Amino acid sequence: MKEKAKILDKVGIERALMRIAHEIIESNKGTQDLCIVGIRTRGAFLAERLASCIEKIDNNKVPVGILDITLYRDDLSLISEQPVVHKTQIGFDISDKKIILVDDVLYTGRTVRAAIDALMDFGRPKEIQLAVLVDRGHRELPIRADFAGKNIPTSKNEIIEVRLQEEDKIDEVVIVERD
Amino acid sequence: MKNMSSWTKKDLLGLYELNKEEIELILDTADSFKEISTREIKKVPALRGKTVVNLFYEPSTRTRVSFEVAAKRLSADVINIAAQESSVKKGETIIDTGTNIQALKADIIVIRHDSSGAAAMLSRHVNISVVNAGDGWHEHPTQALLDIFTLREKIGKIKGLHVVIVGDISHSRVARSNIWGLTKLGAKVTVCAPPMLIPEEIEKTGAQVCHDIDEALKSADAVNVLRMQFERDLKGAFPNQHEYFKKFGITKERLEKVKKGIIVMHPGPLNRGIEISSEVADGANSVILEQVTNGIAVRMAVLFLVSQGKEKP
Repeated sequence: MKEKAKILDKVGIERALMRIAHEIIESNKGTQDLCIVGIRTRGAFLAERLASCIEKIDNNKVPVGILDITLYRDDLSLISEQPVVHKTQIGFDISDKKIILVDDVLYTGRTVRAAIDALMDFGRPKEIQLAVLVDRGHRELPIRADFAGKNIPTSKNEIIEVRLQEEDKIDEVVIVERD
Repeated sequence: MKNMSSWTKKDLLGLYELNKEEIELILDTADSFKEISTREIKKVPALRGKTVVNLFYEPSTRTRVSFEVAAKRLSADVINIAAQESSVKKGETIIDTGTNIQALKADIIVIRHDSSGAAAMLSRHVNISVVNAGDGWHEHPTQALLDIFTLREKIGKIKGLHVVIVGDISHSRVARSNIWGLTKLGAKVTVCAPPMLIPEEIEKTGAQVCHDIDEALKSADAVNVLRMQFERDLKGAFPNQHEYFKKFGITKERLEKVKKGIIVMHPGPLNRGIEISSEVADGANSVILEQVTNGIAVRMAVLFLVSQGKEKP
């Protein structure tokens, strides 16, 4: 595996999140009924950061939840390595709320499909919108991002690695090439 | 409570053969599963298209129902076989029954049997997963796991705790599984009963023995009260129920003399006024109904993990 290029650094990530926060507030005309749900692991950290960006702009704390989609994966019977199931924590009623679903990278769309199915088991949200830090293309399902920090055309041989302070002790997004 | 080790076994036969990390992985996974039962829609698709067969050679309501609820919350299809009413009556062996269930393309067999080692024997003859739901006097791993889960949730840790198990230790698979699980996680276990109801060489398991319940409870953080099965012939071991209650019954008066927050567990069904008083069973120290709730999360975790495991015993 070889690192090809750095796409975003710490400041780049901050700017992207701040811009997404502005766009979310603009397109939803404020923060009324807004909730943020991050997909474990890195989407959960980005959700927290996005919530604090929104708070800085709108002076309003929106509720944040965490979703673990392991049990909703469509490849559970195919993968060889046993996934570890972590907690889902959604401490608010999502019925009639506008949910901003957050993940680090949008790729095939399968994770987002699983997350939407999982969310629906918690109630009937008014809307689900998707915010991602990086959209790298290669969708296998009819899913698109409503808000994207950066669009990066990639080849399937490449991997986008989002590294975040909370998990990886550094903030950066890099392209890695498989050997 | 992060645990990154992974599960490899296709079966859960007992806690004796698990290591500390595997037990903790089950508990951590159960912790994640617990929330599912609080949702509006109490179901996840993890075992969709899988079939779980509950094969019960002994009458059981709570364990069977708990496994059934757990499997259904994972979207599995569940088939219940009460062996007393089945072809077993016509003389079919466990192995033949097991291979027949396998031929039906089921994925997991949950077996309860009155012979120790039945689950292990079945698991050697089928390729699908086998979960032991109690075999003779040997083990009842999911009961112990839910006891330990409840304890860990209440106190926050297992290491360093002192747990007393009181009741008919000789005939108790619950006691054995609890001893293995608790000692592996670093708790101290004391078994307490009249001498006739304590098996020989129990100390070899790491448990200590005490015949005086008040003495045993002195330093206890929790007491697990086993059901006294007076429907069995216990006459040789103990004169009668009243005498047992007086000597070993867990009562409010007894608890007033020990640690204030002592946790009282019971695997059910309760014999009120024999091994436990109603005041205690329904009182502030009791976690008996939480054990029932936690049992579902623990069994969901076990079914999920074994369904992913491939390794034969």
